Amino acid sequence: MSTTTQRVALSPRPRSRSSVARLGDLPIIPLTILAIITFAAIFADVLAPHNPEVGSLTARFHPPFWQAGGNTDHWLGTDQLGRDVLSRLIFGARVSMVVGFTAVIFAGAIGTVLGILAGYLGGWVDQVIMRLTDAWLALPGLTFAIFLAAIVGPSMWNIVIILGAVYWTRYARVVRGEVLSLKEREFVRLAVVAGCSKWTIMRRHILPNVVNSAIVLATLMLGVVIVTEASLSFLGVGVPPPQPAWGLMLSDGKQGLMVGYWWLTVLPGCCIMLMVLSANLLGDWLRVKLDPQLRQL
Amino acid sequence: MAAIPGRPLLELDNLSTHYVSAQGTRVVRAVDEVSLRVHAGETVGIVGESGSGKSTLALSILRVLPTAAQIVSGHMWFEGEDLVQKSDAEMRHVRGKRIAMILQDPMASLNPLFTIGNQVAEPIRVHEGVGRSKAWERARNLLKAVRIPSPETRVTQYPHEMSGGMRQRIVGAIGISCEPRLLIADEPTTSLDLTIQAQYLNLLRELQREHGLALIFITHNLGIVAKMCDQLVVMYAGRVVESGPVSRIFNTPAHPYTKALLNSIPRMSDTRQRLTAIDGQPPDLSSLPRGCSFAARCPSAFDRCRKETPPEFNLDGGRTARCWLASVAMQSGAA
Amino acid sequence: MKQFVTRRIGYSLLSLLLLSLTIFLFVRVTGDPAALLVEPGASEQDIAAIHQKFGLDQPLWVQYGLFMANLLRGDFGQSFYYQTPVLELYIDRLPNSLILGLVAMSFSLLVGIPSGILAAVRVGRFWDNAGKLFTLLGLSLPSFFVGLVLILVFSVYLGWLPSSGAGGFLHILMPAFALGWYFAAAHMRLTRSSMLEVLGSEYVKLARLKGLPPSMVIAKHAFKNALIPVLTLAGINLVLMINVAVVVETVFAWPGIGRLLYEGISFRDFPVVQGVVIMGGTMIVAVNLLVDVVYAVIDPRIRLEK
Repeated sequence: MSTTTQRVALSPRPRSRSSVARLGDLPIIPLTILAIITFAAIFADVLAPHNPEVGSLTARFHPPFWQAGGNTDHWLGTDQLGRDVLSRLIFGARVSMVVGFTAVIFAGAIGTVLGILAGYLGGWVDQVIMRLTDAWLALPGLTFAIFLAAIVGPSMWNIVIILGAVYWTRYARVVRGEVLSLKEREFVRLAVVAGCSKWTIMRRHILPNVVNSAIVLATLMLGVVIVTEASLSFLGVGVPPPQPAWGLMLSDGKQGLMVGYWWLTVLPGCCIMLMVLSANLLGDWLRVKLDPQLRQL
Repeated sequence: MAAIPGRPLLELDNLSTHYVSAQGTRVVRAVDEVSLRVHAGETVGIVGESGSGKSTLALSILRVLPTAAQIVSGHMWFEGEDLVQKSDAEMRHVRGKRIAMILQDPMASLNPLFTIGNQVAEPIRVHEGVGRSKAWERARNLLKAVRIPSPETRVTQYPHEMSGGMRQRIVGAIGISCEPRLLIADEPTTSLDLTIQAQYLNLLRELQREHGLALIFITHNLGIVAKMCDQLVVMYAGRVVESGPVSRIFNTPAHPYTKALLNSIPRMSDTRQRLTAIDGQPPDLSSLPRGCSFAARCPSAFDRCRKETPPEFNLDGGRTARCWLASVAMQSGAA
Repeated sequence: MKQFVTRRIGYSLLSLLLLSLTIFLFVRVTGDPAALLVEPGASEQDIAAIHQKFGLDQPLWVQYGLFMANLLRGDFGQSFYYQTPVLELYIDRLPNSLILGLVAMSFSLLVGIPSGILAAVRVGRFWDNAGKLFTLLGLSLPSFFVGLVLILVFSVYLGWLPSSGAGGFLHILMPAFALGWYFAAAHMRLTRSSMLEVLGSEYVKLARLKGLPPSMVIAKHAFKNALIPVLTLAGINLVLMINVAVVVETVFAWPGIGRLLYEGISFRDFPVVQGVVIMGGTMIVAVNLLVDVVYAVIDPRIRLEK
């Protein structure tokens, strides 16, 4: 047994409770992937080599360039209508990004506001919002989304609204829980005693403190939302053709699967996977970063 | 209360247990060069604030430390063997059988999904290979020994069906089930009602006499120490700052921390209006200051205290004190 | 206990009420209900009959009353495509989804629980990190992608497994795997965190202090306690699985209620869509209630608490 120990003189690091202070251990890979996808989404018009919606029937089912029969004109091959897969993937990023982010923000906004109201005001407001949340949470997101899509019909903005309407409940529940414990904290009680109005307290004291949880939840929900959107597209009730969406590409590609046209399904699927993976990794990192207490999420 | 002669049952010799953070950057010296002795049949009290290292010390003796903690140096002599050197498999034969431990919160210590009988009989079956019915019979007897009424019915009940006091007795029953030589009690009465505390302490004393147990009693309550213990060990910031017979220490405490602790107990005869507390906070165990760890809060501190860490000085009557004042006292006349 | 059960049932009924109200309102209020409820190509008389039947000219609350009355009688409308009552179609297909769900759930538990325990016991080391990778992939890969890749590998390239339809054991393998994969990851993660929490508990500490062998500490004291939240989740997940299997069933042409939903969408067969959704919500509310009650029965603590 050793009889001496190294005495490491270190001053304990200050605990920053709410800020995303340290940039030292950024999750490089997820951020890079998301950055690439965002970049592709924004500059799709410039980046894509071909028009994603128009194909040439003479160039159908070309495989990617590294396989026999492929060429560098269509790096990742073409689909059943002769459309360039790479271009469709790039424009598909736009759909995923726009729908994903907007829906998450939309759901987050509604859910956070309702969660704060329910948690802070209590009473019948709380009961109404919570009963509604419980009831809506009983329906799986996908099922509910399919139902709504069947009613209102497909269009990109309809999908965004639908996803927002389906997923706000997740936020409401989490935020309400946070608000309930925040209500008991000293600084909130002080504000009450000081005579601040309920609205001021909710806006200036409660809201900033639940924003952390909301952000973490948002990153985690991004993955879920994207998969739901892809599922909706796959089933044919998502963003309507000819606009390219990754889920739709998977659905189209299914036809060619039995004959071995693998790139029509594997490539868009990988894109979805990469995006969801990155969102999940980012969410996990944020969760630990912002407050270890949030690990329950 | 007489000193018991002969070799000690348990002797800790400069034991140090440190916690190391995951990245290896922070080292918390939870137990630092602790030496103490427990003789057969004796009751030793270990007193200190939260964070003084008492519980880590107890867990170190039985080597049930969390993964981040390790015994880094020292020896633990128990019945002639060094527990620090034993493998985990060998330690398993010590735990529960030769040295037992009872924890603070009886509700949390008992597994909610198993019956009382199952949990009391368990160590008997594991350590002594006794069959089920015989073990359960012994369990019933043990419940009787800890004064639980109608043990036959209790044995098939679940922990949540008992009161706090009863649960702690059951934990005690588990502790003595395999007739250990030493029982370590980590704040066993802290979560009990005051009225129940006294009963429980009496029970412990009886059990001790009947079974010839040595007892290490960890507490922050000096009143309990006065009632239960023969010897006292005072811990501060992971180190032993004073030790010796209880009555002597209570009468003439050698270390300023002990003095302050004794002073802070409010007495009925006190005419002062305010409660005496000890100024300041215990130090951060991962970055201990130079010199004596109590110096910042000590009313009698002088220069040397802040520069050099005092060693443990042996004083008269089997006492020790980790204080420069003690060396001064020794030089100035006490043999 | 009785109080607990009655209160729980009350909550469930309220949830069902709100759900039905939501579904009802969404149909009536957004867009044109007639367009949804009427078969394409219906004659004037048929349209008038539909208006009559659903009381589309009446005030909303009357319509809702009619709606609920029909539901409670089991009348979910009739499928345009199949010309049979929706409920009948649903019950006909449900067993297939149940079988798929059960097999997928078994797979997810058989993989998820042991790997979760292993990851917790070997926390920070190889198996934990492997487990984390598995979880990450499992939760990030959409089930239909997994399904399609499986078909590509096992049907197209290797030719071992049939790519569609229900049939024997071989037919169920791929869809069950595709469906169960996500849940295996979720169960693994929950088992791991539950196990870690239990391993840090006081009673596990005491078990070690009693000198029990580590295998016994884990298998006896930790295991049962750690499993409680996992099994609870599994029960709820089973019903969830059945309902979100729509994409997997579509990929593999598995004749369950998920595929029924897909057909409903494809053929613009709204009564079918509505029926599947209502039944789905009802099932989930019912199973949540059941799980809560069973939990109360099993865990001796809750029984006395409530």
